[in-house]
Amino acid sequence: MQPEPFIRLEARTLVVRQSNIDTDQIIPARFLTTTTREGLGKSAFYDWRYTEDDQPKNASPFPVAGAGDRQVLVAGANFGCGSSREHAPWALLDYGFRAVISSDIADIFKSNALKNGLLPVEVDQRTHAALLERPGIAIVIDLESCTLETEDDIRAQFTVEPFARRCLLDGVDPLGHIVAHEEAIAAYEAAAA
Amino acid sequence: MARSLFDKLWDAHVVVPESEDSPAILFIDLHLIHEVTSPQAFAVLEERGLPVRRPDLTQATLDHSTPTLPPGPDGRLPYATQDAEKQVHQLEANCAKHGIDLLGLDDPRRGIVHVVGPELGLTQPGKTIVCGDSHTSTHGAFGALAFGIGTTEVGHVLATQCILQRKPKSMRITFEGELSPGVGAKDMALAMIAQIGADGGQGYAVEFAGPAVEALSMEARMTLCNMAIEAGARVGMVAPDETTFAYLEGRERAPQGEAWDAAVARWRELPSDPDAQFDSEVTVDAAAIRSMITFGVSPDAAAPVAGSAPRPANDSEREAAEYMRFAADRPFAEAKVDRVFIGSCTNSRMADLREAAEVMRGRKVADGVIALVVPGSEAIRQQAEAEGLHTVFTEAGAEWRMPGCSMCIAMNGDQGAPGELVVSTSNRNFVGRQGKGVRTVLAGPATAAASAIAGHIADPSQYLGTEARDAA
Repeated sequence: MQPEPFIRLEARTLVVRQSNIDTDQIIPARFLTTTTREGLGKSAFYDWRYTEDDQPKNASPFPVAGAGDRQVLVAGANFGCGSSREHAPWALLDYGFRAVISSDIADIFKSNALKNGLLPVEVDQRTHAALLERPGIAIVIDLESCTLETEDDIRAQFTVEPFARRCLLDGVDPLGHIVAHEEAIAAYEAAAA
Repeated sequence: MARSLFDKLWDAHVVVPESEDSPAILFIDLHLIHEVTSPQAFAVLEERGLPVRRPDLTQATLDHSTPTLPPGPDGRLPYATQDAEKQVHQLEANCAKHGIDLLGLDDPRRGIVHVVGPELGLTQPGKTIVCGDSHTSTHGAFGALAFGIGTTEVGHVLATQCILQRKPKSMRITFEGELSPGVGAKDMALAMIAQIGADGGQGYAVEFAGPAVEALSMEARMTLCNMAIEAGARVGMVAPDETTFAYLEGRERAPQGEAWDAAVARWRELPSDPDAQFDSEVTVDAAAIRSMITFGVSPDAAAPVAGSAPRPANDSEREAAEYMRFAADRPFAEAKVDRVFIGSCTNSRMADLREAAEVMRGRKVADGVIALVVPGSEAIRQQAEAEGLHTVFTEAGAEWRMPGCSMCIAMNGDQGAPGELVVSTSNRNFVGRQGKGVRTVLAGPATAAASAIAGHIADPSQYLGTEARDAA
């Protein structure tokens, strides 16, 4: 399944300041018994949104209905640490996020997010601190130029692994890319046998 | 040019080299799969009409969603939910369809994916090993390049036996000196993570080295490498040596006869060259490590169990302290324990169970404490029962269960109740990881067992060794 292309996003931010937000926060393990990838938005940040008896929490930073126009999640350092569950980006996308910004984003989460069209954006400490202070601000994230800009002129550059960037911009299919090297794979197997 | 263990493993598996535009295509020697992170990958194969390229290099097991209680009077396993049962059946169906060997529910070799790989001898030095599970770093203990992947990548490996990867940076963490008696690999891991931080290893493949690592058993090395991901490193490894070879020799899927001798000769070439360069070098003073626990909601919030809770330094730490209910400067030993979990891919092997049994033998789990001992595999369950360890646990008042991930990920129904304090030999103390509102304290097996006996967080040293018991 190819993700939606990601070229340019105009949205607002939703800020959670905590550092080390792990994948168990993003989607608790009890929701991982699914055998599909659809409909996980209802489980996104479930324990942040609902009480122990499944009632909506008033003080939750995450609206019950979904991200709405706040499609950019700005979070504290080391976002997405913990497990390799791809359910985490699936849940965030289905909830309505299209990008996550932090000062650093955990490796496996970052890789999973890129494969699904959820853009992980790692920014410098100063930009990060400024964004954490401005919840709800309007922001433009441009993957073509790898820049972000807010309505009050926070500007920053970011880098995205070039192949993943191409996949998102041009719809390159990573599995197709590997399959296209069939000859090399077969040669490797023959040499190893 | 001098190469590290990691360089050698990487170089040997490059099918197509990395370029500015594209990551390398790496060949995978062993793909481990389980029920939770594979169904959507098989669905992609269906959609695209692709077969599994190398079922012979794929090994499946059931561990995450499986009950640890035996079948009920109706002969049915007590699954937590219908979905959990469906997920198990889905893997059975996918493996049958694609000719993949599955360690099924009745298989005497079944167990936690990171326990059975080594046990069967599938995990070997020099291999690339992936699994849709972040604790795949465990297999690095054998001098393998092993790392966790997402479900999309599980699909890539099923279809092509290859994966797209940029070569990570390299880090060597050297444990200097000797461990003190009673201090184990879990304590080393927690001390290391506390030193470099939960994201200290991010972007790196880590090699653990130094005399304290060389002295570790294979089981202890697995515990250490297992926790590499809790420092943010996808890869943690130890150079293969005589300890590695002795562990593997004669195992079902290890090379046999002449092939064994040839393999060992190859494996001897793997350790890092003496002048190999690393992008980062860290030194840990092994002799200074004490029995450790975590006191926060991130694995780097770790301190000696004999000490006190530190003062929070920022908002995140304040929130964590509030959640965990540890008052600053108060001894950890004041914290009452509700539940103890001994198990998980971190600490469910024979050495771990023996360590816990040494503490529990002839003693009783404190009133009001529920203690769960969950072996990592069927083979371990049987070995432990042959040694009588299960009797030690049950006579102490602990529950002896069937193998599985159990309370580490708490998706099979084994979990704590809101507000409970759980001392756990697993790997993650995240908020709600072991059940909604559960407060998790990570520790090694001896510390967990000592805490079960004491009814509060306890330093295991007073419970280890016969002299101490006679005096007690």
